Amino acid sequence: MSGKINIAEAPPGLEGLGFFATTLDAVVGLGRKNSIWPLPFATSCCGIEFMSTMSSHYDLARFGSERLSFTPRQSDLLMVMGTIAKKMGPVLRQVYEQMAEPKWVIAVGACASSGGIFDTYSVLQGIDKIIPVDVYVPGCPPRPEQIIDGVMRIQDLIGKESLRRRNSAEYKELMEKYLVK
Amino acid sequence: MTSLSNEQIINYFETNFSGCYTLTSGNSDLLNFEVQTNQLYKIVSHLFHDEELGFQFLTDICGIHYPDQTDKEIGVIYHLHSMKNNARIRLKVFVPIAKPDVPTLTGLYGSANWMERETYDFFGVNFLGHPNLKRILNMDEMVEFPLRKEFPLEDPTRLDKADFQFGR
Repeated sequence: MSGKINIAEAPPGLEGLGFFATTLDAVVGLGRKNSIWPLPFATSCCGIEFMSTMSSHYDLARFGSERLSFTPRQSDLLMVMGTIAKKMGPVLRQVYEQMAEPKWVIAVGACASSGGIFDTYSVLQGIDKIIPVDVYVPGCPPRPEQIIDGVMRIQDLIGKESLRRRNSAEYKELMEKYLVK
Repeated sequence: MTSLSNEQIINYFETNFSGCYTLTSGNSDLLNFEVQTNQLYKIVSHLFHDEELGFQFLTDICGIHYPDQTDKEIGVIYHLHSMKNNARIRLKVFVPIAKPDVPTLTGLYGSANWMERETYDFFGVNFLGHPNLKRILNMDEMVEFPLRKEFPLEDPTRLDKADFQFGR
């Protein structure tokens, strides 16, 4: 076993002999952001790119997302990859509603972000018409590097998120705006 | 090889359904009959049950919209196949868009059920006597029939895909 091993950086705090003091936000954020359980909601070619993202060559597991969760009830990050037909919309919303807080959403690729080339009656023009989205990854389809970059942007968001955010009036208003139960 | 020649099929139509159809094939090898809507079920039933012809396979049903054809705006096209003779024909009916009523063929072909639902879904053809005429592919909440010509291909009000967004 040789090679460099990266260890997550400690949050800023007070350090002394035998103790380390920091904020709860920082510690929880550190833990959360390095142990994301993503739920792949893959409907087309972006899903194929995601398979390669999870495989040994690109290896998303290096960023703490070792375990994919194929049930919304045990996942933190909903990764929507591919064209979402309007008929699929209610399904996607139900999956989002079934996820436990805190939860994040990443829209991978042009179709999930904006409907892509499918400007037509049957395709949802971006999943943000149905559920709130935290990070958009452009591309048609995006390369695995881009998907990894999107996940790292999510990690930044998670690491900095206040523990009280999900109880705030602003967040409740956002959920009400999207009619999320 | 087809054991049933086009001449034989035309003769059969002329003997049995004289006056109920027009032959509109043009130069195509595939025979094309435009039939009267109220005669459709009778004609297809004959073609189905006839010992010699045996058009017992419904390859496809599709709709078409010609906005300029007054009182014949909506068309329904049936592709029939005789497995026994390896012969195919096409039947067309046209109905006014204000009253797009066409008799169902579900009594003859089980496969007509979903195909007629699809034609209803996209063109709004009202298949009289269909056991379950509701949308099959599009979402149930949709109010329009998207393959009719008056339905815009793209949403004209949206700005996020306008040229200026891309510096054009």
